[in-house]
Amino acid sequence: MKYVMLVCVDRSIDLGPEGWAQVGPDTDAWVAEMAGRGVRLQGNRLAETSDATTVRVRGGEVLIADGPFAETKEYIAGFDLLDCADLDEAIEVASKHPAGRFGAIEVRPFWEG
Amino acid sequence: MSEDATVAVAEAFTAEWGRVVATLIGRTCDWDLAEDCAQQAFAEAARRWPQDGVPLRPGAWLTTVAHNRAIDRLRHEKMKAERLREASALLGGEAGGVEDDGEWGSGEDGIEDDRLRLMFTCCHPALSLESRVALTLRTLAGLSTAEIARAFLVSEATMAKRLVRAKHKIVNARIPYRVPPPHLLAQRTSGILAVLYLLFNEGYAASVGPELIRADLCAEAIRLARALSALMPAEGEASGLLALMLFQHSRRLARVDRAGDLVTLEDQDRSLWNRGEVSEANALLHGGLRGGVAGPYQLQAAIAACHANAGDAATTGWNQIAGLYERLLEVMPQPLVRLNHAVAISMAEGPAEGLKLVDQILVSGELRSYHLLHATRANLLSRLDRPDDAAAALRVALSCAPSATERRYLNKRLAEARIA
Repeated sequence: MKYVMLVCVDRSIDLGPEGWAQVGPDTDAWVAEMAGRGVRLQGNRLAETSDATTVRVRGGEVLIADGPFAETKEYIAGFDLLDCADLDEAIEVASKHPAGRFGAIEVRPFWEG
Repeated sequence: MSEDATVAVAEAFTAEWGRVVATLIGRTCDWDLAEDCAQQAFAEAARRWPQDGVPLRPGAWLTTVAHNRAIDRLRHEKMKAERLREASALLGGEAGGVEDDGEWGSGEDGIEDDRLRLMFTCCHPALSLESRVALTLRTLAGLSTAEIARAFLVSEATMAKRLVRAKHKIVNARIPYRVPPPHLLAQRTSGILAVLYLLFNEGYAASVGPELIRADLCAEAIRLARALSALMPAEGEASGLLALMLFQHSRRLARVDRAGDLVTLEDQDRSLWNRGEVSEANALLHGGLRGGVAGPYQLQAAIAACHANAGDAATTGWNQIAGLYERLLEVMPQPLVRLNHAVAISMAEGPAEGLKLVDQILVSGELRSYHLLHATRANLLSRLDRPDDAAAALRVALSCAPSATERRYLNKRLAEARIA
């Protein structure tokens, strides 16, 4: 079963310089462990939402806007594509991601029509 | 004969519904199909048992009929070839004859496991609490959507939507249908216990609506807790919860008077307490407490036992109760537990000591709008001969009381305070 893990982080969170410095290596270790287990297929950290561009098409016209589709305090800082046996495994994998300690991780299954 | 058969169908529904549904879900992975086929099996029992007689093992009969219906349906609906193959593999080949009990005879353990699997799945933490409660009542207890909607005072359409959404999530997000592995077991078991206790409390102290006690919900919660504690005999907290519910339920006739007003524990007519339930709970508690460290449900049951086994409020072992609340606070450091601890201390050491603890809770800001905190304060203040302060506290309590019954009770206390 494929799941996407959306790593959500609160803009106002401040871990301090040492805290932030630790997130990188912790995430690398998580990626290595989960890739090794075969449950993480791919993923990446995303650039700031200030670098985002939102595209809509209305009445045949392409509308382009600067910024994310919704301005919120929490934003999606990264994503991972998982392949897990079931939701319990996906929850276990998500709970080990370092961002879970200060942010939130949304686990969404692929649409199976 | 036919009346006996009707009674037997009703009894089988209570005893077997959850088992039949759980087994069918286990075999078909299709919750709606499982419920529909279980329903058809019970309808067929209602038709056939009055003529053919009640089968020796009603549960096996019902499961076999439901199982055959499921196979018929899977064929009839011309499921995709792959799905049918999958289903027939899951169903272990062809349908068995209705009279053939043997097929299920050796599978009793498997059936029990299915019911446990169903409990864990219904109470999975990835479902909202209200969905867990609704699914548990629908699939395990066999309440209709309309009945569940009535119990929680929402429209039938809302409840139906809630159930559909929950079942979709189980399938789409692949919530596993299983008893969780050891490293998740303790946490997930306490999740089931929490749902069952919520169900019981919803029946015991209806937070909304005119009736204070909805005994049917209490009875369902007890039935499910009894099943859980039979399925997990080594789980002391499961029997602890069952004991706790039984102690509380044993007082249901004494808890409300003829006018429908609330009667506090100390004023209850103890001859109305159900002795059978008290002794069942006592036995469960003794059996469970032997098993090492007591968890929160066992401790609460032990406290309830002190009340249930005392002749009256005066001869109740308040020191022991206060001690149990202290142990409970260690595992459950919650404001409500602190409040109950304060009450026990006031009985063991006097109202002044109790009031100190209650005022600490009040200062902390927790339970500020909880009517029983203010009602307790009022009680302690009047025991300390401070009638004006007591009346003021009662007025605060009245302003936050959730049900008409509780407001009536508080008004009565307020009238007494004015006379005094």
